[in-house]
Amino acid sequence: MGRFMNTRTLPLLATVVVFVLIYAVCAVQYPAMLGLRVIGNLLTDNAFLGILAVGMTVVVVAGGIDLSVGAVMGLTTVALARLIEGAGLPPALAFALVLTGGALFGAGIGAAIHVLKAPAFIVTLTAMFLARGCALLISTDSIPIHDAGYDALAGAALALPGGGRLTLVAGIMLLTFLAGGVLLHGTRFGARVFALGGNAHFAQLMGIDTRSTTILVHAFCSLMAALAGIVFSLYTRSGYALTGTGVELDAIAAVVIGGTLLTGGVGGVAGSFIGVLIQGLILTWITFDGTLSSWWTKIAIGALLFAFIAVQRLILVASARYGRSGAGPAAPSPSTRSRPSPSAAAPSAP
Amino acid sequence: MSAFLLARLKAARPQLALLILALLVNVIVAPGFLDLRLQDGRLFGGLVDILNRGAPVVLLAVGMAPVIATRGIDLSVGVIMAISGAVAAAGVNAGLAWPAAILASLATGLVCGLWNGLLVAVFRLQPIVATLILMVAGRGIAQLITEGRILTFTEPHLIAIAGSTLATLPLPVVLALAAAGLTGLLVRATALGLFVEAVGTNPRSSRLAGIHTNLVLGAVYVWSGLMAALAGLIAAADIKGADANNAGLWLELDAILAVVIGGTSLYGGRFSIGRSVLGALVLQAMRTAILRAGLPPELNLVLMALVVAAVLTQQSPAFRPLAQSLAGRLMARRKNKEAQA
Amino acid sequence: MAIPDNRVVVAARGLTRQYPGVKALDGVDLTLRAGEIHALLGENGAGKSTLINLLTGAQRRDGGTITVDGVEIDPDGPGGAVRAGIAAVYQEITLLPNLSVAQNLYLGREPTRWGLVHRARMNREGGALLRRFGLNIDASRPLSDFSTAVQQLIAIARAVDLSAKVLILDEPTASLDTAEVQTLFTLLRSLRDQGLAIVFVTHFLDQVYALTDRITVLRNGRLVGERLTADLPRLELVAMMLGKAPTAESHLSRRPASARPAGAPLVRAEGLGRRRLVGAFDAELRSGAVLGAAGLLGSGRTETALLLFGVETADEGQLVVDGKPVTLRSPRDAIRLGFGFCPEDRKLDGIVAGLSIRENIVLALQAKRGWWRRLSTAQQHELADRYIKLLDIRTPDAEKPIQLLSGGNQQKALLARWLATAPRLLILDEPTRGIDVGAHAEIVRLLEDLRDRGMALYVISSEIEEVAAYSDQVLVMRDRAPAGLLEGEAITPAAIVNAIAADHHGRGAA
Repeated sequence: MGRFMNTRTLPLLATVVVFVLIYAVCAVQYPAMLGLRVIGNLLTDNAFLGILAVGMTVVVVAGGIDLSVGAVMGLTTVALARLIEGAGLPPALAFALVLTGGALFGAGIGAAIHVLKAPAFIVTLTAMFLARGCALLISTDSIPIHDAGYDALAGAALALPGGGRLTLVAGIMLLTFLAGGVLLHGTRFGARVFALGGNAHFAQLMGIDTRSTTILVHAFCSLMAALAGIVFSLYTRSGYALTGTGVELDAIAAVVIGGTLLTGGVGGVAGSFIGVLIQGLILTWITFDGTLSSWWTKIAIGALLFAFIAVQRLILVASARYGRSGAGPAAPSPSTRSRPSPSAAAPSAP
Repeated sequence: MSAFLLARLKAARPQLALLILALLVNVIVAPGFLDLRLQDGRLFGGLVDILNRGAPVVLLAVGMAPVIATRGIDLSVGVIMAISGAVAAAGVNAGLAWPAAILASLATGLVCGLWNGLLVAVFRLQPIVATLILMVAGRGIAQLITEGRILTFTEPHLIAIAGSTLATLPLPVVLALAAAGLTGLLVRATALGLFVEAVGTNPRSSRLAGIHTNLVLGAVYVWSGLMAALAGLIAAADIKGADANNAGLWLELDAILAVVIGGTSLYGGRFSIGRSVLGALVLQAMRTAILRAGLPPELNLVLMALVVAAVLTQQSPAFRPLAQSLAGRLMARRKNKEAQA
Repeated sequence: MAIPDNRVVVAARGLTRQYPGVKALDGVDLTLRAGEIHALLGENGAGKSTLINLLTGAQRRDGGTITVDGVEIDPDGPGGAVRAGIAAVYQEITLLPNLSVAQNLYLGREPTRWGLVHRARMNREGGALLRRFGLNIDASRPLSDFSTAVQQLIAIARAVDLSAKVLILDEPTASLDTAEVQTLFTLLRSLRDQGLAIVFVTHFLDQVYALTDRITVLRNGRLVGERLTADLPRLELVAMMLGKAPTAESHLSRRPASARPAGAPLVRAEGLGRRRLVGAFDAELRSGAVLGAAGLLGSGRTETALLLFGVETADEGQLVVDGKPVTLRSPRDAIRLGFGFCPEDRKLDGIVAGLSIRENIVLALQAKRGWWRRLSTAQQHELADRYIKLLDIRTPDAEKPIQLLSGGNQQKALLARWLATAPRLLILDEPTRGIDVGAHAEIVRLLEDLRDRGMALYVISSEIEEVAAYSDQVLVMRDRAPAGLLEGEAITPAAIVNAIAADHHGRGAA
């Protein structure tokens, strides 16, 4: 019986092992990387990615995917810059506006997926175009933000021993992971998300409202993307429409490397946190090395992504083979016999 | 034969209407748009321009259509463009003869497609997951080959892929149309098209009827990789260099949209190479119209999003009964009027 | 033992459900009494699933009434039925394997503290709930840690905890072993004694007699009858299910096997079997002869066809074709040997909906020729038109999407698909299921014609009379293993029913 535990814990365990290995290699080669200064920078530099990964984790656990997060992040930075610099809004109000906007945008995505019964990737792809296009229509140039309060926020940091700093943005990221963890693992909503990702049809049979869950999940993900935009604009003190081009792939990679199954229903934000750190660590290592180029990061992450997907697939195949008895592909499978859904039971009308 | 063509044109009415609409907008914003002139043995004009600039996306769409017809998706075509361009550039710069460089570049695309095909057909990964791996790692691989720079080259034959003229048309146009024609022939003059549509509609029945479903699944990804490699060659020749960062960036999305506009359902089944080509040209015509109108080119992204949203709505199962009831009501009203008259 | 005048909990009267072209349920009554286990029996297409769907609100009824404790209900979803006190547990566990046992038990109604799920309390209460159902397990562990049998009990615990009047069990024992079945039965008996009304759907007749108090039999969407289990002999029950009075003489004429020339042996299955699929069986298929296969749903009859056609690869015994042993690894291997297969589920495994009738007909021949040697459009039209005419497929033309055809015509198109490949052996799984009477007779005539023209046929059918009429041999399957082979004069509907109904110890049921 114990072997089934592996389906859940093995990927996460593998993630931790990979992280420790990479960290060990780094530490042996460059002892300076052990210091809190590097750790602090690691957290600050990857704050936006971490926040995106929290939202992406929730969507992927629910069995979906969101390709629009990078574009939403870009749109957020431009909107912020315009609201603060152009309209002269106080940053707090601007933050509230973009966060609300982000959540509503995501709710729209969720509603479209549910109503149109369209694949999540194509709907979020469309949303990505929309968000990126709107961002570019606002401004194609980078807009610097000169607000004094903004500078203060961006510079706020907690001194760590050893010359390191825990910046505000890094703190926000850590809090986001905490909040995401509580939401996903501690609330009734979290249970609904896991249920939806486990099997949407069964979840519905068990009385879960799949529509509201889909909408809320995507609203949360876009909200996180907007928050990541805020963090990124604090980090760069500017707004630029092309911010975050391609980071959706990094976020998805972090989630998968973190042990969350792309098929949904299994995973968590803790793994995604390590997934983000692994990516950051590889980048830091390559920077320390100096002779290696940044593209090795992408190749390494691609290879890790493949390795983790392969491991997940193997576990799935193995548990299917040794688990419940299953009839062959053409045998009348139980799912076609006893599924009480009207769509499965009723002959399709011509 | 003409009956055959007529049937095809009839099936492509929505796409043709969209294309004509987009071209009309072009004519309105730039009155001389339809003018064609022959200069130094090459045709110049708005239409040729659209064909020429649209050639890479046409190629990608030609490869993507069979993939989508099998209920799949290939997210890696943009990245394959970058890799194949990089291979060609690095090849000639390393002293390879130009035919060898081109062959190497196409072979790279083939290998990338084979990788995707293996993951989908043999390892049974979801297509979106399988091709995502190459999408993430691929730009790194391309940058590895170009060492992060824009790898320029001066090999005249390679540059000629984008710069020369054949039968008064720019070579990319000829290549894209030839590839589309060849693909069309390959799927319709053999039984591949039937197999692709059968596997995409009902893989279980197809297997029971004796179709080698794995082979069909693998083959469509290989072909998609090959088409992407050709598109990558054109893109590289166009700028006389391989840009690992930007070559083919987001073009996989254009290709998917072209196929969707071409009337292929994302849930697999019927597909048409010709209509997918039209879909790609619609996208290019839209882009050109926006440019010529002096509107910000960024508007194009928003417009594309709206077009796709419309197509998705029209394809969605939730919308169909609504549309049918609307159509039914319209018919009833017309009948009433006829009855009154 | 139940007494006839137990309090009626659910009274369903005249339930009707219409699908396009077919009445899935036609005026069916069902009466469920408190403290009774009620078997709902019938073959595929009898209407059991539809009836359950109407009771659980998965589908809306087109006619009739359902009352629970005298109050009429009209559930429009699982929620409505659960509120009315009706809950169902299916053969396929519809719980979520990725959640913990306790999460499954309390999904959507988790105990909370300060707005957060109170995990400890949920696990504690879940454990206590399961102990009442005879399960002593740690409810905090993931559901997938547990066997199907335990998951089934958890599903029952959840269902009863949610609504404690009526429990519907749809083929709950299909994937359980003997000991697990006994555990389940013990639980069901205790639930019955607590006053629950239980509906038990199964295809294991032994279990019907071991457990249930009352039986309702459906056939072709109609009610055949409701009887007390104790008063209904096994043979009569099988006859009710198969629509055949065991004593009546067959009205179908039967040509004695000796009147036909014995064909050459083509395919011999020697102890062919596959672990967890079907036990070793022997069969011989000869040109110009029909091997019939009979058995109830779930008896392993379909699985024999899967092995013969290479859909599943056998792991014991061997298959001999033309005197040489062969291994079939895929349907393509079988097709290369000249086999064809019309599967039971036409919609899922047969037709390629969305493609035209023409394309569906040429599909297998084209696959056999390979992708390179395409049949020209003219050849395809010629082929399609020929078979449309030959088999009398009712359609204005061959270009119509196949899903627009009626069931019988779809079946004919599938037959055409294989006839076009000129097969030596044709395997048919329930060729007449869900087909109206007229088309039914046509298909039987067609099969007889094919046999007379020298084709070897393997026909799996629950139409006992027909099997008896056209078969030269009949393989009877029971409990996923062969239960006998009837030959020559021994093939009578009564003998087949008898062989099917025999209990585990091999005694005849009569």
